[in-house]
Amino acid sequence: MINLTINNKKVQAKEGMTILEAAKENNIIIPQLCYLEGVHQIGSCRICVVEVEGARTLQSSCMVKVREGMVVRTNTKKVREARKVIYELMLSDHPRNCLNCARSHDCEFQKLGELLQIEDFRFEGERSKTYIDDSSPSIVRDTSKCILCRRCVTVCNEIQGIGVMNAQNRGFKTVIGPPEDLPLNSVNCSNCGQCVMVCPVGALQEKSAVDKVWDALYDGKKRVVIQTAPAIRAALGEEFDYEPGNLVTGKMVQALRDIGFDDVFDTNFAADLTIMEEGTEFLTRVTDALKLKKETKLPMITSCSPGWIKYVEHAFPEKLGHLSTCKSPHMMLGALAKSFYADKVGVKPEDVYVVSVMPCTAKKYEITRPEMNSTGYPDVDAVLTTRELARMIKDAGIDFKTLGDSEFDNPLGLSTGAADIFATTGGVMEAALRTVYEIVTGREIPFDNLHVTPIVGFEKIKEAEVLIENPLPEYGFLDGVNVKVAVTSGLSGAKKLMEEIANGTSPYHFIEVMGCPGGCISGGGQPRPTNNYVREKRLQAIYKEDENKTIRKSHENPFIKKIYEDYLEKPLGHKSHKYLHTHYTKRGIFNEHLKDK
Amino acid sequence: MDNNQSKKCCCCEESDEQKYAKIEKVIEEYKGKEGCLIQILHYAQGIFGYLPLELQEFIAKKLDIPLSEVSGVVSFYSFFSTQPRGENTIRVCLGTACYVRGGKKIVDKLKEILDIDVGDTTKDRKFTLEVMRCIGACGLAPAISINDKVYKQVNPDKLNSILEEYY
Repeated sequence: MINLTINNKKVQAKEGMTILEAAKENNIIIPQLCYLEGVHQIGSCRICVVEVEGARTLQSSCMVKVREGMVVRTNTKKVREARKVIYELMLSDHPRNCLNCARSHDCEFQKLGELLQIEDFRFEGERSKTYIDDSSPSIVRDTSKCILCRRCVTVCNEIQGIGVMNAQNRGFKTVIGPPEDLPLNSVNCSNCGQCVMVCPVGALQEKSAVDKVWDALYDGKKRVVIQTAPAIRAALGEEFDYEPGNLVTGKMVQALRDIGFDDVFDTNFAADLTIMEEGTEFLTRVTDALKLKKETKLPMITSCSPGWIKYVEHAFPEKLGHLSTCKSPHMMLGALAKSFYADKVGVKPEDVYVVSVMPCTAKKYEITRPEMNSTGYPDVDAVLTTRELARMIKDAGIDFKTLGDSEFDNPLGLSTGAADIFATTGGVMEAALRTVYEIVTGREIPFDNLHVTPIVGFEKIKEAEVLIENPLPEYGFLDGVNVKVAVTSGLSGAKKLMEEIANGTSPYHFIEVMGCPGGCISGGGQPRPTNNYVREKRLQAIYKEDENKTIRKSHENPFIKKIYEDYLEKPLGHKSHKYLHTHYTKRGIFNEHLKDK
Repeated sequence: MDNNQSKKCCCCEESDEQKYAKIEKVIEEYKGKEGCLIQILHYAQGIFGYLPLELQEFIAKKLDIPLSEVSGVVSFYSFFSTQPRGENTIRVCLGTACYVRGGKKIVDKLKEILDIDVGDTTKDRKFTLEVMRCIGACGLAPAISINDKVYKQVNPDKLNSILEEYY
């Protein structure tokens, strides 16, 4: 331990800690702006400056490590004045139209202004040019609001390993964005929205679909169907001041009814359906490879995460054959709502309006893909993020905390525990293994409480092996086969696994990829902040939801059995191909379009 | 100057493929070394004369780094240019001495004659116009340089005859 003095208080800190961290450990709060715990520590904003005895200048406390005998002061006249001037200089190049900014009251820059008690604008000067890039279906960039903290640069380059955004130009003309002012929809952006998640101000936001959804609700001719992804129920409460980790499934469903949606369905139902389709697809590929000795692509990789799909289309356009052809669950549900369900209730597909509430900004992009129109109309018409849904609930005058619990509508509302865990990294793989193992052996997967523990948690790349012994006669060829699976979340891990596939060294049969670190529970559309603590709480909530269900394996969902009997016939059948499966597009490494060169 | 021009001529005869091959060789040599990007960009600009986005893409792909990182470095340093450069570079000195003796008027006149802005290249690719701070010829103010040749005590009326030397 290191002994130092902060504000005349003798404190101890672990070696290697920064002054900021040491102060926090000892309940001394140093104002900060660009710093993001465990993610971004580059000292770009200088708000966290402190006085260190013996140092010539003020030091940024997020960068400087503690030393034995160090004497630090965080609230001297010099520090407070410097902090204020730094803030005021940043403010002098900020639009200050907070009243019509969607981040108002949720803006880290605004909160810091309150803390520093800024009462007037002392500095007036040239302003950065406003450049609003709304070319992307997922993300809107407003460069005038950007305070150049570079958090988005760190997540896009280091955590996601894509690097769509970096600092361009120099000095006052610095802009954080794609090369040469290219619009976001023309470059290799995955639309994951992790940049939106960390932006402290309104410079990066999701493209709102709220108005579109209200319009559909007000349109008397439309039957407006809404579905919610598994990750929403474990996070929506945070928008209404619940502690992270509170499940609000019942209240959420009631709120959606009160807003006026005609049918409230659960994307989880389609997650169970995905397991049937994807599990069967996996078994077909394994049979082709091991029994029939036919050419097939293994490992097979999951396809639920549209950010991941867009990434792989750019980065590994020659390896798209490894992707499962399954649409993501909400697209499956949308397609069924406009075919199977529209038929059932006697409504024309064009009069059904499907809204998906997703933890994800990439889903906003996904619904614009031209192939996603299996009924001749878009499978899904609008995507709301968790944050947008919370805004709608508040705007509708609904007192969320006092709501009673309601249940999803059938037939597209009942789901198993296997579907719940789609929300978290490792969940799709675990759900698939619960079903596939049982189809092959006739027995439950041999893990405690059905959890495939090696692939649970937030490690970047996780692996598991499942030995097949005494399979059913039909799968005799799998006796003694050790099925190897890998799970990753966040795109830099995916890159590593794809490189193994590209150079022929991948040892796996099946890989799960989720585009955001931790999976959908920390998607780009989830409540802010999403840090490690919050992530862990949401994860626990999701596993609790799973364990509370009586049915925890997708193939045991009675409505899934029924929809195959009544409509789809069998997994990978003709109708499945039409409504539930898709294809992919080769794209350029840095561009939306593939060039030969 | 002659030497410089003859180099350019030889360069023009090279096909794009040959230029890319040369750059690829440099990339292979420098790849993985810290700070290699700037070295490679210097070299690439030397070969191509400028750094168009396609060339930046090529470099980013070979180094396995984001294109926005390459373009970030290119746009940070004024030495790098993303526009094609003229056969001849005119630099007007706007250091203190040249400025007070009318350097600004020379810039304005050149913009008018060449019909381009500072930093741009004429349509016929004959001239690129730049300004710089002090070329160390204050006694000759106002001064301009074209390629390696310095012209002293230039006034706007002399410019046409100076430029004629290059046609």
